[in-house]
Amino acid sequence: MDRRHFLTAALAGGAAASLLSAESAAQAQPVQTSARIVIIGAGAGGTALANRLVERLDGAQITLIDPRQNHLYQPGLTLVATGLKPANYVVSDTAQWLPDGVTWLSERVAAVDPETKIVSTENGTTLGYDWLVVAPGLTLDHDAIDGFTLDMVGENGIGALYAGPDYAARTWQAAARFTEDGGTGVFTRPATEMKCAGAPLKHTFLIDDIARRAGNAGKMNMVYTAPQSSLFGVPIVAEKVRMLFQDRGVETLMNRTLTSIDAGAKRATFATQSGTEEVDYDYIHVIPPQRAPDFVRQSGLSWANKWTDQGWVECDMATLRHLRYPDIFALGDVAGVPKGKTAASVKWQVPVVEDHIVAAIEGRDGTETYNGYTSCPMITRIGRAMLVEFDYNNNLVPSFPGMIAPLEELWISWLMKEVALKATYNAMLRGKA
Amino acid sequence: MKDLTFETLLAVFEEIFGPTLFWVMVVAAVVITLGYLYVLIRDRSVSWRKFLFAQLSMPVGAVLAVWFVMVMTKSRLSDLGGPIDVILFLGIAAAGALGMAVFVYTVESLLGSKRTLEGGTDAKPN
Repeated sequence: MDRRHFLTAALAGGAAASLLSAESAAQAQPVQTSARIVIIGAGAGGTALANRLVERLDGAQITLIDPRQNHLYQPGLTLVATGLKPANYVVSDTAQWLPDGVTWLSERVAAVDPETKIVSTENGTTLGYDWLVVAPGLTLDHDAIDGFTLDMVGENGIGALYAGPDYAARTWQAAARFTEDGGTGVFTRPATEMKCAGAPLKHTFLIDDIARRAGNAGKMNMVYTAPQSSLFGVPIVAEKVRMLFQDRGVETLMNRTLTSIDAGAKRATFATQSGTEEVDYDYIHVIPPQRAPDFVRQSGLSWANKWTDQGWVECDMATLRHLRYPDIFALGDVAGVPKGKTAASVKWQVPVVEDHIVAAIEGRDGTETYNGYTSCPMITRIGRAMLVEFDYNNNLVPSFPGMIAPLEELWISWLMKEVALKATYNAMLRGKA
Repeated sequence: MKDLTFETLLAVFEEIFGPTLFWVMVVAAVVITLGYLYVLIRDRSVSWRKFLFAQLSMPVGAVLAVWFVMVMTKSRLSDLGGPIDVILFLGIAAAGALGMAVFVYTVESLLGSKRTLEGGTDAKPN
């Protein structure tokens, strides 16, 4: 039965095989080069790019710099934080994804000198480069929330799923108690740019659904708070979320930025437009402000006139090339572009950076561009999700127009998140998707 | 999907099941299909007696396929939310039914059974 199903799928794919042979033929010949390419960060972007570059280039000296031994499948953190997956679902070895022929330097970058083209690490290693890809991810500024430290997560109704797999699992400990005991649940998001703006919404929807299934809907007071004035950056999606929140009875407190929590009193303080406001909670989900790693700002790679408190890399929004240093590219969360701090964006960005580096090595101009594509399988309950895809212009750009409606809660969209997303992500890491 | 090629599809399926299980399933599916073609060619006709039994097994295959997908993905029937969901659901059931029918027909043809052997030739289709 299932065998047949997959055979059918495989056969259906076979129809595309002829297209494949034409495509792969175009990229068959690797480019000979002795270029030194340094990639800062072995996360989704750095790893996927390294895997693609080794296929495209012959003789290049590719070095990845990243101290982290574990690779995190971050799209899975929302599932860990709601008990749907164990913590180890998102963890793998960094080394297992790296191709032969690249060097992995397990150190933390201290500085980049874009004038002399040298990267130095905290251990004192220095590396010269011809091409530099800055893909270190971002840092979570937990200290910005007064009264909050990570060791509080899991106790006293405090959750923080962004902080990593163990914290996501501990978030579920606190959230699970809340879904049983009821009370007021406060779900926050930061004022800065952030990874996957759908995640705070997903967490809200899922906790509500889990409480509902346990028969505790009557005991729950769900409150979604945000520093922004709308529920989502894309207006048409924001409206849909507003309707869903209305349907589920989720209250919203807009234009409120979480500034501190009093864990003992279970009280959160928000900055409002006119002052401060205190909200008592039984469960609070904390998402701290997010910023570029310090070395990015200290090395002068950041925008001078945009996101000055956050320090994202100054780059062209279509090519991801640094505006002042053409031999530097930004990739992933750290890129100073208006959208795109998701793994789906990385999937679209990697071929662009790859194209421009390979083209530059060949002495021509690259042609690939990034249009701001971001995708968010927004889970609205266990078993259903909306496949929301959009670009820089807030246009919906559905991958399956006419088949999978972007603003409908569908089972097929849930299946994609549940079954196919991690697989596609892993295929991307290997440079195959 | 940016580049939905056959290679991407294979890579994704390999990641879902792990390369070993995926290819074992592919090989099993191919073997069963080849076995089916083999008995069709060998017998030079469809045995309607065997086919009857295969037909009876189809609902079982459909239910098993749907159950497998639902359990694996923590889904419930009430999660079906739109036309594409119903199409997918029916597709899974149909694939399960078809797969089971081919499987049962092939196994029965290869191993043989008293019922079908005693029936002699299948000259009289129902």
